[in-house]
Amino acid sequence: MNKAISVGTQARLWYWQRLSAMVLALCVVGHLIVIMVAVRGGLSGAEVLARTRGNWAFGAFYACFVLACTVHVPIGLMRIAEEWLAWRSRGVVTAAWLFAAVLGLAGLRAVYAVVMP
Amino acid sequence: MKRNDMRARNHAAYWAFLIHRLSGLALALFLPVHFWALGHAIQGEAALDGFLKLTDNPLFKTGEWGLVILLSLHMMGGVRLLLIEFRPWTGLRKDWVAFSLGAGLCAGLAFMLSLFS
Repeated sequence: MNKAISVGTQARLWYWQRLSAMVLALCVVGHLIVIMVAVRGGLSGAEVLARTRGNWAFGAFYACFVLACTVHVPIGLMRIAEEWLAWRSRGVVTAAWLFAAVLGLAGLRAVYAVVMP
Repeated sequence: MKRNDMRARNHAAYWAFLIHRLSGLALALFLPVHFWALGHAIQGEAALDGFLKLTDNPLFKTGEWGLVILLSLHMMGGVRLLLIEFRPWTGLRKDWVAFSLGAGLCAGLAFMLSLFS
């Protein structure tokens, strides 16, 4: 468990981090627009769900957003753990996988919760 | 701190790195909470509404405002990194550091306008 992450894995992580960043850049612009529209006049459960329930385009957009986050965020946290906490063992990869699982499941559950009619 | 460290840190690109890292860390920690909050909708409109009412106060609104700014800063900082890494080399794209700050400011102001409209 104490062996360092291989160079090949590091390169693959870099690639996935950048690829997910490209998707996220587009998703974040969309999300910022949604936020600005949603908060106008105050947020209410009824108002939010009236827009989202049964809206499959909205669901597809946010499912894509969640999946890109699931790839991007754990790799970023792994970098911070490596560089700021000197945590460079393969244990950090396991922790990142666990965080990805939590993020992916919780994110898709949230999308399901607001989109399912 | 060594003299060279000081010189390296007294540079727009270092501050861009720091903003990108800290905003990313804050967003990564916020995401599971955000997903959990939206997941309330699974129990119905009333559950989501109850949670939203809980957050309808100046403290949470200020927090949301900060997160919107961090999200736009992180997105623009990420686009700068993608340009540095994938486009022909033209230096550290310090103009994009300024664009990022401008985008963060604009997103923060737009969010405030939406909140009060």
